[in-house]
Amino acid sequence: MSNRLEVRNVSKRFSRKSGVVERGAELMGLKAPNPVVRALDDVSLAVSKGEVVGIVGESGCGKSTLGRVVAGLLQASDGTVLFRDKRLQDMPGEEAETARLKVQMIFQDPSSSLNPRQRVREIIGAAPLHHGLTTARELDDYVSQQMARSGLDPSMASRFPHQFSGGQRQRISIARALAVQPDMLICDESVAALDVSIQAQILNLFLDLREQLDLTYIFISHDLSVVEHISDRVVVMYLGRVVEEATVEELFSHPNHPYTRALLQERPSLDPVQRRFSAIEGEIPSPLSPPSGCHFHPRCPLATARCRVMRPELRSVGSRHKSACHLND
Amino acid sequence: MLEIKGLKTEVVTEQGNFTLIDDVNLSLAAGEVMGLVGESGSGKSVTGLSIMGLLDKPVQVTSGQILFKGRDLRSTSQKELRSIRGNRIAMIFQDPMSTLNPVLRVDTQMMEVVHAHESVSKRIARERARDALGMVGIPSPEERLSAYPHQFSGGMRQRVAIAIALLMSPDLIIADEPTTALDVTIQAQILSIVQKLAREKGTALIWVTHDLSVVAGLAEKLSVMYAGRIVEQGSTADLLRRPLHPYTNGLIASLPAHNQRGARLKQISGTTPSVVNMPKGCAFRPRCSSATEICLNPPTPEPVEGRLLRCFHPVMEGAPS
Repeated sequence: MSNRLEVRNVSKRFSRKSGVVERGAELMGLKAPNPVVRALDDVSLAVSKGEVVGIVGESGCGKSTLGRVVAGLLQASDGTVLFRDKRLQDMPGEEAETARLKVQMIFQDPSSSLNPRQRVREIIGAAPLHHGLTTARELDDYVSQQMARSGLDPSMASRFPHQFSGGQRQRISIARALAVQPDMLICDESVAALDVSIQAQILNLFLDLREQLDLTYIFISHDLSVVEHISDRVVVMYLGRVVEEATVEELFSHPNHPYTRALLQERPSLDPVQRRFSAIEGEIPSPLSPPSGCHFHPRCPLATARCRVMRPELRSVGSRHKSACHLND
Repeated sequence: MLEIKGLKTEVVTEQGNFTLIDDVNLSLAAGEVMGLVGESGSGKSVTGLSIMGLLDKPVQVTSGQILFKGRDLRSTSQKELRSIRGNRIAMIFQDPMSTLNPVLRVDTQMMEVVHAHESVSKRIARERARDALGMVGIPSPEERLSAYPHQFSGGMRQRVAIAIALLMSPDLIIADEPTTALDVTIQAQILSIVQKLAREKGTALIWVTHDLSVVAGLAEKLSVMYAGRIVEQGSTADLLRRPLHPYTNGLIASLPAHNQRGARLKQISGTTPSVVNMPKGCAFRPRCSSATEICLNPPTPEPVEGRLLRCFHPVMEGAPS
């Protein structure tokens, strides 16, 4: 099977580096080593061509870290990231550069991901010019094309980002990402900061672009209804681990993992029937000291003794449906 | 309990006045929960701040009445207003980290509120603070009292902010997007606390939000704001089942949950107008598909099917399911 991108057993740990004195103190047992955050803990994911994979989870679950590792913005601590079945390290320099160019990222907040002192023409045109996708002579035309494709008026190319509204600014980031002709977009909460009516416009743009350019997406969001709408397949994460993975129809009709079920249950709906909000107990534990065994066990109403000690494997529970829960045994 | 009539808030400058909210009318009874819904720049937060009297120059309330228990807050002196604020009317903001003082322990901050309104002993003030923390579901409130805000998680911090609002058992709480920054499971916990309080203690609540689905299960009444005016107001059930204003209708229709998976969402074209450049007549006219010449005149709120509607062309069919 041709995977556009595959992530195999990737882990990402963050910690503060100790200084010389601290290291000495650690060696002598006077100081505990610096705490390590396991932002990603043995995560595997394969994305095939043209697919839209949604990644959902609450804050601290590692969804953004996964996106950044995939986009090459962060180096994985363990595991491999394969672009079209090849590791970046194994590719010759030029090929690796092209491979990375093919994966672009769109962030949540366009006002902090766009340089406020650059005009739209420079923001969109700099990367394709550098990579030789266009020439200085044809740059204006090239930028106009990119802008038009993202629903921006090309006559506004000499404006600055602050002269645009929030939705238009997000269109600028999309145009910038598309200007280097990627075949995969990683959208990290790309519609979360937008108003509802604007959110619909941007989601429609993503759907249109997918058709026109045959794009593959990884769509990271905390908003289940957005993910449900746009994705073919959904991955649910909790504290650095994948807890469930299934096609969108399967996940939303037959959620398996207790965490997924809780998330779906607590999703606010427009059903105007006055309902009682019942909440899953407890908070998201700190990723600095995740619970033992299954990370979800302190909040899980069905947890048993085994869940407290043993980490559940992500296993198949149906066709194209995997879940990491001991209750499936 | 609360009645607002013809409220108008403007930015007053030498170059002229810019209207932020205009002709806002609201009424709320004890124990009632009202959702105030709108997108950014619609004036929903300004409405909350106007009621609380928390506006700074050059923004001022320029006309209208804010009647709280029959008394007009606009003609009340600052001193009296201070005895009402935080006591009879409390406010909860979006970001608890900017509400709470990071260098003071939680008990200091909470006892300060009690002492500002009542002369009681430190012990009683502390007891009240502890009870309030317990009420919002903070485990072992006695120990947590002596913690600093940074030692709480985001959801717990918002609970502390709610506990502070509850300290004096206010008659009215204005909550400005209090769950927007929280995760779904934590949001559900906060909503369940608030719902319980409104039912048990008869506290009236104005829940300001951009998210219709948050208030759908919480509020009995909804007011939808667009460009500084309430465009539709009525019972939540009616309004969500059959929105009459083209804006409300468009907003609901554009939600992913109301569209077939993977299909194009029904979008409202264009963007919200800016306060310095309001369209003539109905502010929604440039984005509205049913706009005609009559919409160049400003629509007034008219009673239609048991609600107030500010539109010449109510949506009569094609309502979302």
